[in-house]
Amino acid sequence: MATAQGDDLACQELVEIITEYLEGTLSDAERERFESHLEICEGCRRYLDQMRTTIRVIGRLTEEDRDPAAKDQLLQLFREWNRT
Amino acid sequence: MLTGEGTSPADAAGDFRTDDEQLLLGLRRHDEQAFAALVDRYHARLVRLASLFVANQAVAEEVAQETWIGVLQGIDRFAERSSFRTWLFRILTNQAKRRGQREARSVPFAAFSPQADADDAECAVEPERFLPAGDEWAEHWVSYPSNWRETPEERFLSDETRALVQQAIDALPLNQRIVITLRDVEGIPSTEVCNVLAISETNQRVLLHRARSKVRGQLERYLEER
Repeated sequence: MATAQGDDLACQELVEIITEYLEGTLSDAERERFESHLEICEGCRRYLDQMRTTIRVIGRLTEEDRDPAAKDQLLQLFREWNRT
Repeated sequence: MLTGEGTSPADAAGDFRTDDEQLLLGLRRHDEQAFAALVDRYHARLVRLASLFVANQAVAEEVAQETWIGVLQGIDRFAERSSFRTWLFRILTNQAKRRGQREARSVPFAAFSPQADADDAECAVEPERFLPAGDEWAEHWVSYPSNWRETPEERFLSDETRALVQQAIDALPLNQRIVITLRDVEGIPSTEVCNVLAISETNQRVLLHRARSKVRGQLERYLEER
């Protein structure tokens, strides 16, 4: 039986430490426990994949919306600064 | 690639940094082109970040402009102990703070006090999605999350999805919104986010975790609507 082995991480616990996993702040032992659980749990592999995809989509939100008037004003400031 | 290693935007920050360093060198030589390029790269982002801290768009624009003045005035003293981006965002948050004090408006920095997030125990995923205590498989998934690798990549890149994700971020509590914006939208390394906001690594990570978990949840609901 694979159930409730003493050191198996529960899925419900994994979803709470996933950010520490992704940010690389788990201890070696915790990371091993995390990764061992992933090996046996399709659900958590999918969850991790969803989280990575979410972060990737968030990373694409910065579209350059330029404001030419603001830029002109800033370049004016720059020229004033440059003269002083 | 849809997934795989190194999906954190911070991992792609290397290019950014090299370009910033070139432009910084130009700026130190008073090169207007370099300044213009930095403005193109960062001004809209400064305005967006400032708008998280101050009352309205007009004030956010002013804070962003004051930030550039701060850059010009401080460039000779900038010792590059942090990246240019971190330095820039730190000037912005300081300007925003000062502006908040001047207008006697309560700025959201209080939102970063340790108590602000210690009092509620939010779950990343609804508890009902895990089997209850007493079950042989207690705390394991009732049913697996769906496999996003089967979702076409265009779905994730669509304007509709991006708008949904932006809305999910806008709906977060302010301290979480600020942290996820700096860390994941702007791709600033977590140590630098702590630095910019003057919060502990743990505090930052808790806020980031809650923010990311909620945005994932919204994205999941949206993808499974149809």
